Parts: sequence; structure tokens; C-alpha cells
Amino acid sequence: MLPKALRGWVLPIVIVVLWWAAVRFGWSNSPLLIAPGKVWQTAVEQFASGKLFAALGASLWRDLAGFAIGASAGLLFGALLGASRLAEKLLGPSFHTLKQISLFAWIPLLSVWFGLGDAAKVAFLSLAAFFPVVLNTFEGIRSVPSDLLEVGRVLRFSRAQVWRKVILPAASPSIFAGIHLGLIYAWLATLGGEYLLVSGQGIGNTMVDGREHFWMDLVLFGVIVVGLVGFGLNWVASRIEARALAWRGRSVAQF
Amino acid sequence: MAHAGTLHIGGLSKQYQVKGQPLPVLDDITLTVAPGEFVSIVGSSGCGKSTLLRLIVGLENDYQGEVLLDGQRIVGTSLDRGIVFQEHRLFPWLTVEQNIALGLLNAKFTESEKSRSVREHIALVGLAGFESAYPHQLSGGMSQRVAIARALVNRPEVLLLDEPFGALDALTRAHLQQELHRIWRAEGITMILVTHDVEEAVFLGEKVVVMEPRPGRIRRIVPVELAYPRDRVGAPFARIKEDVLAEFAGEAPSPRLRTPRNDDFDSGYDLPNGLRFAV
Repeated sequence: MLPKALRGWVLPIVIVVLWWAAVRFGWSNSPLLIAPGKVWQTAVEQFASGKLFAALGASLWRDLAGFAIGASAGLLFGALLGASRLAEKLLGPSFHTLKQISLFAWIPLLSVWFGLGDAAKVAFLSLAAFFPVVLNTFEGIRSVPSDLLEVGRVLRFSRAQVWRKVILPAASPSIFAGIHLGLIYAWLATLGGEYLLVSGQGIGNTMVDGREHFWMDLVLFGVIVVGLVGFGLNWVASRIEARALAWRGRSVAQF
Repeated sequence: MAHAGTLHIGGLSKQYQVKGQPLPVLDDITLTVAPGEFVSIVGSSGCGKSTLLRLIVGLENDYQGEVLLDGQRIVGTSLDRGIVFQEHRLFPWLTVEQNIALGLLNAKFTESEKSRSVREHIALVGLAGFESAYPHQLSGGMSQRVAIARALVNRPEVLLLDEPFGALDALTRAHLQQELHRIWRAEGITMILVTHDVEEAVFLGEKVVVMEPRPGRIRRIVPVELAYPRDRVGAPFARIKEDVLAEFAGEAPSPRLRTPRNDDFDSGYDLPNGLRFAV
């Protein structure tokens, strides 16, 4: 048997081998079929010329800026909805209507308001991060066990103590899940934004470039980079989550 | 040692509103608990015994009659009254030590007094060495010990126990009953234990309050004049146990003879003498 840590590599390696074989033995002569070696050369070239870092840097910067704005706004708004029945009654219906609108339907509006540059993209992906964070924060706060709130009453907790000692820790698994989702959505939206609001630099623009010039190697390289970055972001978020929520025990934290 | 106060309950009634209709849960409860006394309350499900504890601890405020501690009407919760629930209700994100320290969050002790008190109470419930364990690493019995320590760490005058061992296996339960008795002796505070286990009630209580349901009333107060430590298998113990059980079966002569009602499914069965309720 393969060691556990290596099992995840089986499928990618099989695919690369099949891909290589398809080119080597001429299973197809479509110009869409590019040799793995060619993609590798493009990767080396992008790497060496610094083009990759310029594009990826621009994308990641937008991603993190939008995520930070969207997630913090989402935390505040979700906490407000969760904490106050009045806020839920006043703002909840509008929020639940807005969240039904497909994210991409915001693009025309955002491009009119903010143009096609960074501002519009950051606004777009902060929206992407905002919705999952709000929903999960709200859910987390609303599902704090009433048993534990009662313990807080018996021990004479003040309002601030109830929030600090009961509500926030009890809601934290759900809040973390929301932030985690927000991070993933923001990265997906980064690419979507770059693709639909074509201007400036970014890994999405690199791919648009490749498609327009029919450089399949560049497109494939872009796909791989985007996948790896998404994997990396997810991994970092999972690690932080697992550490912060270690109290849940192995059975829950490591499924 | 904490000084304990006299708890006086007089003419206490309580009702809930169910679909606009008042549903009486407690009817004219009168009971005095002396300082440092151990009182067991038994009754079948629905007799309002848990509600009675919630009123004493101050989690429910809407009632008729009076609940007085040291002559003061009980309003809201207070650090003078601790409670242990049937579920341990520990905070899963805190360690044993932190959970117990939570009880002292609003106590008027200095930091060093607090940490000493936490240490002492961990030792009192026999959990030394488990200070930094999380609740998910503890057994049910250990969790309930932590809950007892959390309730005691404030040195309350009264400790209320709402079926604290109900969810534990028989061996652990018997062991924790002895531990609770030891703690009661050591702390000298008033304890009121709600249970549906007659043996537990007789083993621990200086008197056993038998309640009957719908609405919850006191049926009889049975004094347990046996010296501690009590022998569960001795004849005197069995006699008192049977005396209490007879109240459940409705066979003993009682100043308050009950009339059987059709809608009262808890008391609808005539159990033979000595048969234990399995509720």
C-alpha cells in the first residue's frame, strides 16, 4: 500500500501520464492537444521572466483585499442579524433577497459604478466573500445552545461576558466555516472578475491572453496555477481552523 | 466553610401558558429547608420538581407565593445559589480548570484566591491531574464532577442538583452519590437534590419530599432518621425506601388521599409494594 500522504498524488500522476501518452502516440492530432513538456517550458519561462509573479501578485492582492473587506463586513452584519431580532426583522428579508441574486449579475452594475479596474474587481469579490460569512455568522450565533446561555445566567455573566465567554466561542465553528467558504468564493470570484472585467493584470488576464492567441500551453499553465493557489488557500484556512477549534476533538475536527 | 441560609418556600404556585390556557405546574408548595440540610425531592416525570429547582435558583421569575433565602425574596440568579443540571453543561472549548474558573468570573475574590479555590475544588471532586483536559476527553461521571466543582467554587449557600446522576451508569452513580455525600459533609452547605431514583433520595437525604404530578404538589415529607454512612442493603434502609415507594403506588394511608383520574397516566397504575418506578 502507498503511504497515506502520497495517495492524493495517484490521480494527477495517472492523468499526466495519459496526457503524455496521448501526445506521444498521436491519439489525437487536434491543435488543442499540447504536450506536457510544452506546458512545462511555458511554466519555466513565466517563472523566469517574472510574469507569473506580477500576474499572481496582482490577483492575490485583489483577492485578499476583497476578502478582508467582505469578510469583516460580513462578520459585523452577521453578528448584528444574529444579536438583534429587530435587526433581523428589518434587514433580514432584504438580505435574503439580495443573496438570491447570482454573483455574476452584479458585474454590470459594478462596472458602471466602479469602472473596469481594481475597484470594481475588489468590490465584486468582497461581495463573494460577504454572503457566506454573513449566513454562517448569523446561523452560528442563533444556534448557541440555550443550555450554555442558562449557565451564563446562573453565573451572573454580564452582557459583554455572555458575548465573550459563551456566544462567540460557541458560534466560532460556524463563523470559521463561513470565513473558510468566503476565502474560497473570493478566489473563485477573483478569476471570474478578471475574466469579465478585462483590464489590468492578473492570472485570469494571463489566461484570457493565452486563449486569444491560441496559446493552449499558457491557458493550461494558468489553470494549474489557479488550482494550486486555491488548494493552498484552502489548506491554510483548514490548518488555522483545526488549530483554533482543537477543543472539538479529533472526531469532529478531522473528518 | 460557607455559612448556609434557611430556605423557605411558602404557598408557591407556578403555571405556564400553553396555547393561551394556563397550565398549572406547581400548586401550593410549602417547604422549609434548614441551613446545611440535605433534602431529596422525588417524583415521577411531570411533577414539576425541576421547575421547583429552577424557581429556587432564579431562572424562572414568574410565580405566586414566596421563595425566601435568609428571609430575602429570591429575585433572579445569584452566586449564593449554585445548580448542577442533569446534563453537565460544560463549555466544550474550555479545559476542566477553565470551566471551573468560569464560576468565579464574577466572584469578589482576588486572582490568587480564585486560582487557589479552583485548585481546591478540583481536588474536592477528585479530578487532580485532569486540569487541562477538555470535556470531550472526559467520561460522563467525570464531566458531572466538573459541573459540581463549577457550582461549588463560589461557595454558595445552597447547591441545587437537578437529577445530576440520571444519565450515568449504575456503578458510577453509586460512586458519585458517596462522593456527593462526602462533599456535603465537607462543605456544610444546604443541598437540594431532585431525582427519580428513590434509593438515591433515601441514601442521601435527611428528608425525602415526595411529589405528585399534575399539578405538582408535595404528597408527603418522609424523614430519614438513619445515621450516615447509610447501608443500602440493611432492613431499616429498605423500610424507608418502601415507605417512599408506597407513596408512589398510592397505597399508604395519606392525609391527602388522591382521587384517580383517567387523564393522569403517570399515576394510573397501581404498582405493587416495593416496585421501583422506571421513568
